[in-house]
This record gives sequence, C-alpha cells and structure tokens, in this order.
Amino acid sequence: MKRVSKALAALVCASLLTAGLIGCGGEKNADTIKVGANLELTGGSATFGISSKNAIDLAFKELNDKGGINGKKLELVVADNKSEAAEAANAMQKLISQDNVVAVIGPNLSSSVIAASAINNGAKVPDITPMGTNPNITVDPDTGKTRDFNYRTCFIDPFQGTVMATFAKDGLNAGSAAILIDNSSDYAKGLAQFFKENFVKNGGTVTAEESYLQKDTDFKATLTKIKAGNPDFLYVPGYYQEVGMIVKQARELGMRMPIAGGDGWDSAKLPEIAGAASLNNTYFSSLYSPDDASDINKNFVAAYEKAYGSKPDVFAALSYDSALLVAEAIKNAGSAEPAKISEALAKINGFQGVSGTVTFDAQHNPVKSAVILEYVDGKQALKTKINP
Amino acid sequence: MDMGSLLHQFLQQLINGISLGSIYALIALGYTMIYGILKLINFAHGDIYMLGAYFGFVATTMLGFSFVPAIIFAMVGAAIAGIIIERIAYRPMRNAPRIAILITAIGVSFLLEYGMMLIATPQPRTFPAVFAADVYHFGPLVVNSQQIVILVSAIILMAILTYIVQYTKIGKAMRAVSFDTDAARLMGINIDRVISATFALGSALAAAGGVLVGIYYNSIDPLMGMVPGIKAFVAAVLGGIGIIPGAMVGGIILGVVEAMVSGFISSTFRDAAAFGILIIILLYKPAGIFGKNVREKV
Repeated sequence: MKRVSKALAALVCASLLTAGLIGCGGEKNADTIKVGANLELTGGSATFGISSKNAIDLAFKELNDKGGINGKKLELVVADNKSEAAEAANAMQKLISQDNVVAVIGPNLSSSVIAASAINNGAKVPDITPMGTNPNITVDPDTGKTRDFNYRTCFIDPFQGTVMATFAKDGLNAGSAAILIDNSSDYAKGLAQFFKENFVKNGGTVTAEESYLQKDTDFKATLTKIKAGNPDFLYVPGYYQEVGMIVKQARELGMRMPIAGGDGWDSAKLPEIAGAASLNNTYFSSLYSPDDASDINKNFVAAYEKAYGSKPDVFAALSYDSALLVAEAIKNAGSAEPAKISEALAKINGFQGVSGTVTFDAQHNPVKSAVILEYVDGKQALKTKINP
Repeated sequence: MDMGSLLHQFLQQLINGISLGSIYALIALGYTMIYGILKLINFAHGDIYMLGAYFGFVATTMLGFSFVPAIIFAMVGAAIAGIIIERIAYRPMRNAPRIAILITAIGVSFLLEYGMMLIATPQPRTFPAVFAADVYHFGPLVVNSQQIVILVSAIILMAILTYIVQYTKIGKAMRAVSFDTDAARLMGINIDRVISATFALGSALAAAGGVLVGIYYNSIDPLMGMVPGIKAFVAAVLGGIGIIPGAMVGGIILGVVEAMVSGFISSTFRDAAAFGILIIILLYKPAGIFGKNVREKV
C-alpha cells in the first residue's frame, strides 16, 4: 500500500508540474490570436452549438486564407458547455484563465450567457453571443447599466415577442392566445412576456398561461387544460426538444390551431420529433433565412453547403457574423488586447453580415429586421419579413 | 366553466394520468420486487429502464424489428444486464451494511448513465414510430392508439408477473425468500438463483416501460431514467414497498395525481405534488397503502 501511495503522489506531482508548464509557457509573442468559443456541443441544445462551431470554423478558415488579421492567424479554442448554465460558467472560466483567449463567442442559450457574464466581465474579456436574445445579457437588470464586455449579434426578446404578437393578430387573425412557457429558460420567459404585453395591447385576450420544465416529456395534462380555454393560437417559445413533443401531443389531442414560437424552434430535429404532418400550421420568428438574396449571404450559403453538406441554419449564420465581428474589431483595434477589442466592438457601425447590417446601440444590441418562417411538410419556408 | 366541460376535462386528465401512471407502475414493480427480496433500494433501476429504451432503439433502427420482437429483445437484454449487475455489484456486498449497498447502487446508476453517454453520446435520439399513432374520439375525449398499447402492454405484463409470482415454482421460492431468507435457505432454496431471477424479472419490466416510453414520446436520452426512476420509487413507497399490487396501484395513483395537478392547479406544482405525497405517506402511513393488511411480500 505504501508503495502505491508513493507512486500516486509522484504521479500527482508530475501532472501538476506539466499543467504548470503548459499554463505559463508559450503564450507571449505567439503568431496566432486565440479566440474562444463557449458552445452547446452536447446536451438538449446540441444542434445549436454544432452549427455555431461549423460556421466559426468556416469564417476563421476564410479569414486565415486571406492572410489573417493584422498579420496573425486566428485560432479557435472550443469549450463544451453541455447546454447547461453552470457548465457555461465553467467553460468561460477555462477559456479565459487556462487558454488565455482574447475574446469569446457564445454561448447561444440566454441562461448560459447570463450565468457566464460575471466571469468574462470580471476578467475584462469581451463576449459576443450569436443567439442569446434575453435583454439581461447586455444590461444588468439590478443596476440598469450596460455590461461593458457583453455583446450580441441577434436582436433581443422584446422584438421576437412583439413580432409574433403582430403576426398572430394581423397575419393569422387570432383573437385569443394561450402561452406555454419553458420555466427553466430566461429566453422563453422573455419572449412570452413581450408576446403577452403586445398581444393584449393589440386587443387580444390570453386564455391561459402555463409552464413546463426542460426535460419534461408528458405535456398532455397541461395541453388538455389549455384546450379547454379554446384559444385561436398557441405560443410556445421554448427549445426544439420539448417543443417537438408539445406539438406532437397537442395534435394528438386534436388541437389544430396555429402553434408558434421563437428561434429555439430552428433545428432539423424538430420535424423528426414532432412529425412533419403535426408541424403543419406552425410558425416561428427568426433572424435569418438562407433564402435571403444578398451577395454576402449567397456566398456564405454556398461555402457552408460545400463544407458541411447542408444549408446553414440561423445559428450558423449568426455565429458566422459573430466571428466576422470579432475579427473586424481586432482589426480596427490594431491589437489583440481584450479591452481594446471590446472598445472596437462597441464602435462597430454599418457592418455588413450575412444576417443583415449590424450597428450596436448603447446597450450593445444590434438593430435589424426579423423573419417569420412556416413549417410546410417538415420544411421551413419564408413566410414574411418584419422590420423594426 | 360549466359542469359538462369540467367533467370532460376530468375524464381526459384521467386518461392522460392512467397512461403515464402505467409506465410508473412498470418501473415501480422492479423496485418493489428487489426491495422485497434484498431489502435494497436499487437506485440503478431507473437506468435499467433507460437501458431498455436503448435496446429497443437498437432493435427497431439497426435490426429492423417490429414492435413485439423489439420489446422482447429489450426485455431479454435488460434482464441479462440486471443479472450481471446483481452478480458483479451487489452479490459481493450481500453481507455488507445496508448503507454500503445503497451507495453501490448509486454508483451503478452513475456508471450506467455516463457509460451510455460515452457509447451513445448525450444527444437525445428520435425513437422510430413502430406503429402509427391513430387518434380515436369518444365524444369530446381523445385517446390515441399508443396510450391504448401502453395500458394493454402494462396490464399483460403485470398479469404475467402475477402468474409467475403466485403459481410457478420460482415464484413460490421468491415469496419464501422474501418472507424469511434464512428459513428459505434451510429448506434448500438456492437463494442466489432466486435473487438473479428477481433482478431479471424486475429489469425486464423496466425495459418494457423504457420501450413504451420511447414510442410514446419518441425521444430517448441517457439521463431519461433519473426522474421516472425517482417517481417510480415514490409510487412503490406509496403502494407499500415490497408489495406487488401496491406498486401497480401506486404507479397509477401517482400518474393520475400528476395529471390532475397539472390540469386543475398548475403544471409547476406537478413534481411538488408527487414528492409531497411521498412525505405525507412517510409521515402518516410509512408502510404504504397496502402495507397493513397484506403480509405476503415479494
């Protein structure tokens, strides 16, 4: 036993030493600039993170092929946050303190970005989330001040909720609506709140407001309750895993009204889970459609299809824009100092991305247009475009 | 809301609750059987249910089996897994303190969950639709074919289990071991064989539940057994742990209570109600609903 514990001690010492060496060595004067990605590579929202990683890889490869930024190549360091808020904070800590990245892209889930924001703001490293739409990501709700080191490439929840309320009222002639909220997600709660405010303001009535938790599988009881109120429209601003089961079970209960949600619906898994037939007459608001006709988007769609064999989804498009924004900021700053990159990001004005033009307002939110997509036999189709 | 629609809602929630509850019942049966024999709360039982769902997934997607062969394949696979787990993890601990075995069970649970993550990745998988979900309308009430299949399968499996336990030799041996292990051994009953058989039976039932859930919700993942495992434990305690009819009734009651709470109070209170029941039962009737009168235990 004694020998074993001695060997163990030696092993621990050796691994500590190695870790120390890796930690201190080789960071200065590198000819690469390290950018972190804090993404949902596994867990319930894994398709979001995988799309993001593909798009960022593509953006960095294209930039590096053109000679990099300020004569240096961009290097992507990826950390998996398992689609969980606590893991996102750990991943952020690892990227900043172990990998010494100068900026971070991600996470995509609002709850995760908010959980990680204390860490990157403390370390003064800028973070840009491609798809975190909750307002509290860039503004601290307690003080009302903008978080200096948080940015986003997407529009914020009020806009998605407002747009869907307008569409339900004007596009679908819905007079009453029920809302089913993912109670474990800041994103879903944000969308639901602004949907409700605007739907009621436009003269609609809300017949029921129910909630569920992530990883729930049985929604029949709640849906039966909602059905009793006989709403014209059902708003489910959650993520695709639960949404798929909700849509399937709602249709099985004979609920044929239009069902709609936000960009959390945008996943190839959704038609698999819900079934293509159940998904007919469902809509979601989003930031991007691959059918958009701008040149930069056409090039991006072609390059993405060539590299990965499928059309880019909204997560890919916004992540691609996020990667380009970070690169642009490093170029404008003329430096890879995190604080200077952050200053340059705040000054971005009229930047052309694949998802539209980006100018950050004082709260670090871009001002841009939204699209409403419809599922037709399991395929997404562009329904309409709504401007801010 | 008028009385008619309230009644319709109540009946619809009853249907929802019974189909959810029959799955809890299938898992709870395994819990209760193993407890009856070994006095062990097998916390890995929820993960056997997950394992069964994955066996069913392999059978339907890779081997192309239809529903009945797939469920049998999953039950046999899980039964073998149950026997192996008992042989490797629990048998060496047979005479260890109760708490040590309990901790081993939690360890086995984690091993199965994260082992499956390693093999199958943590991404949820879409279970293929092995038969169509036809929807039947009875006036305002809606039932689909999957709910009927779940209920019918659960009833058939419970009937088979009751037959095995009551009328076969191994069933009699199980009851004897449950009643008094030492006396049973003195009568020449091979205790190890009886325990293995119990694990096989309990695991097979959980696997059947796993496949049924996979078909019903058409989504499975490596952590799917955690919450149903705990709920089934509540169901087993509710009915009286160690008592087979208790597990069936406890499962159905729990499913119906959850549906009613979601339907008439708020879905947010659903889990609180489930665990609230556990606390009330432990306070006022620790032996469970069937705990007092029925002495026979398996």
